[in-house]
Amino acid sequence: MSLIRTETLTKKFGEFVAVSEVTLSVEAGEILALLGPNGAGKTTTVRMLASILKPTSGTATVAGYDVVNDARTVRGLVGLLTEFPGLYHRMPAAEYLHFFGELQGMSRPERESRIEELMRRFGMWEARKQRLGEYSKGMRQKIALIRALIHDPQILFLDEPTSAMDPHSAKMVRDAIVDLRSSRRAIILCTHNLVEAEGLADRIAIIKEGRIVALGTPLELKMRLLGNPLLEVRLGESLDGLLPGIEGLVTIEEKGETWFRYRTNSPGEINPLLVHRLTEEGASLITLSEVPRSLEDVYLRIVEE
Amino acid sequence: MLANALIITRREMRDSLRDWRIITPIVLLTLIFPWLMTATSGLAADVAVTWGAGPNAETIMNRLVPFSLMIVGFFPISFSLVIALESFVGERERRSIEALLSMPISDTELYLGKLMSSMILPLAASYLGLGMYFVGLIVSSRYVISPSLLLLIVVLTTMEAVVMVAGAVVASSQTTSVRAANLLASFIIIPMAFLLQVEAVLLFWGREEVLWALVLVLVMVDLMLVRTGMRIFNREELLSREFDEINLPGLWRSFKHLFACLPASVDLPRDGPAPRWTIWRLYRHDIPQLLRLQKLPLLVVVAVVVVASAGGWILALQYPLPTGVIDFQGVGDVDFTTGVADMPLLPGFDVRSIFVHNLRVLGIGLAGTPVSFGAVPLLLLLMPVSIVGFFAGEAACLGFSPLVFLAAFVLPHGIVELPAVVLATAFSLRLGASIMSPPPGFSISESLLLAVADFLKIFLLLVVPMLLLAAVIEVHITPMVMLYLLGG
Repeated sequence: MSLIRTETLTKKFGEFVAVSEVTLSVEAGEILALLGPNGAGKTTTVRMLASILKPTSGTATVAGYDVVNDARTVRGLVGLLTEFPGLYHRMPAAEYLHFFGELQGMSRPERESRIEELMRRFGMWEARKQRLGEYSKGMRQKIALIRALIHDPQILFLDEPTSAMDPHSAKMVRDAIVDLRSSRRAIILCTHNLVEAEGLADRIAIIKEGRIVALGTPLELKMRLLGNPLLEVRLGESLDGLLPGIEGLVTIEEKGETWFRYRTNSPGEINPLLVHRLTEEGASLITLSEVPRSLEDVYLRIVEE
Repeated sequence: MLANALIITRREMRDSLRDWRIITPIVLLTLIFPWLMTATSGLAADVAVTWGAGPNAETIMNRLVPFSLMIVGFFPISFSLVIALESFVGERERRSIEALLSMPISDTELYLGKLMSSMILPLAASYLGLGMYFVGLIVSSRYVISPSLLLLIVVLTTMEAVVMVAGAVVASSQTTSVRAANLLASFIIIPMAFLLQVEAVLLFWGREEVLWALVLVLVMVDLMLVRTGMRIFNREELLSREFDEINLPGLWRSFKHLFACLPASVDLPRDGPAPRWTIWRLYRHDIPQLLRLQKLPLLVVVAVVVVASAGGWILALQYPLPTGVIDFQGVGDVDFTTGVADMPLLPGFDVRSIFVHNLRVLGIGLAGTPVSFGAVPLLLLLMPVSIVGFFAGEAACLGFSPLVFLAAFVLPHGIVELPAVVLATAFSLRLGASIMSPPPGFSISESLLLAVADFLKIFLLLVVPMLLLAAVIEVHITPMVMLYLLGG
């Protein structure tokens, strides 16, 4: 079931087109990462889905509710971690969370138990009485995340959730995002952190100049944009003398003294043949492995095009 | 609806109470200033006694105390302006606005929450200050402020606070920085300073009934400002506006487009090219459409004309001139070409002078429209019409037929001039209203541009020719009619 669905969603500011005809859907239990350079339209898309900005054209529904006509209901279903924590610095953390919980219609006992649960989970309970202005950057980001989670939302929009965090805190938040994945919840993650996107997201949408230019699982994107996987063979001796036999089987793309790389459309058929041929030739095969390809390669190829 | 607004109000008030920069001056003004004013009032009474004005000490206190009371009440509420100016734009600058806007609350709840939070604390301080001054006077000078005066000052102070806060919240929600909002605050501070001076004069004069009338005016201004604020509050604008820039080419493009549109089917420039227009089309289609579309302001102005003339008439009945003061039969002896021209504030008795004078008055009214939401042109119309009503009433009191008076002095040129002025005033009024309630999908500037375009069509194509014709009639025909009817 699609919890988030958009059809040719477009947003213009005057003559500037911030988001252009974005069509996507996010299923319950899915995490979708929105990747793109600064100003690509990620935040504007999320703001429209959170019923903060009205689309210029196109439609969007969140949990079946229209983001324009049912804006208030949508806002109650959505948890939004904004790009900047934007806290009230003179407020103690617990009071700050109570404020947003109350606006979400939660009773005091509900708020108290939820605040304690979340603050303990993120290691913030001891600092609950501290003023937010005294918090470090990472702590502020965590409080903003707790604010987004306070009402246990069905849909989560996380705009740069680990920015400004130290590695330990970032890992804590990433683990929390994994924990938040549930069969009833959909998450959209806006990030520049490609490793994070690849590690957390089920699918990735790359957005450029307001348009979605690529959408799919990390593997699908790599296949589509970088071609077949690059395979590498490492031997215990020099390649000399072995090449004529190998080149009849695969096309070598790169080679060194004791290694070579190739691609194939049918690895299930070719790789065993290749291993057999090398063994026949008396070569000592050390490894046959796929050369790691990062999402960064995909991203840079798209963004630089 | 109020529940969510109150959540916001509580948070904001707690935040203000934690800010020593707001609390310190409020506390000082609440505690020290009333004490200072009590001491000053006592001192003034003592000085009066010492200088031999003992019997007048009571009178001095009666004049000084209301003024001091007003000052004691006003000083703490001046801080509401600081809090209100910061309300939306401050959150925007601190980047906390987005989280707030993502909550399931309506624009009205958000707006009311901010409005109340900016007002409650300064008003509470003001009431406390007034109470301290009230008690202080009893203790130090055995002087008891009359309950009616105290009530008047409390209501007046509250209404002033609402005016300042409502205006400041509008400024705060329409700018991108606290600095810009502070600059806009001069549009609130200057009229408030003027208002305080008027109040001071009225308090020294001892005219409480006039001050109650002022309260009524302030209530109307409050309602207009709050309505304007709620109508133009737009969370999208608040979040997405990046610069407070004046895009003159863009404004000019919008204006040209809106001017070219038929009034009954106006669209915005971003939706396509401007339609073609001709003078013939403007007269044939635009003007009739505008008169149909703007029936409400036209009816309001006509009603004001009727009420003002009736008011003038009633005033004449209350203050009749002694018999013989006006000699209508001797009108024929007056040399209008010289006598009238020598009178201050009146134009020379020639076509050009009368025409330019009328245009100038309408121009002044138009200039005052944006800051008064259309009240200035209405007041400028109200004055001459009530004077005409007054003189018609006086004529009746003196035994002359008021109809003959009107037919002789007003009707020949007034039949053209009055509709022209009514039209200009009605469209000025509409110009003021366009700020308060832009049409759906229009920003304030677009709404204002549309109202200017409509005003110009009416003004240039109808009002100016009518005024010119009226001036010609007034100079060349009215005196003849007057002489015919009254000149013996």
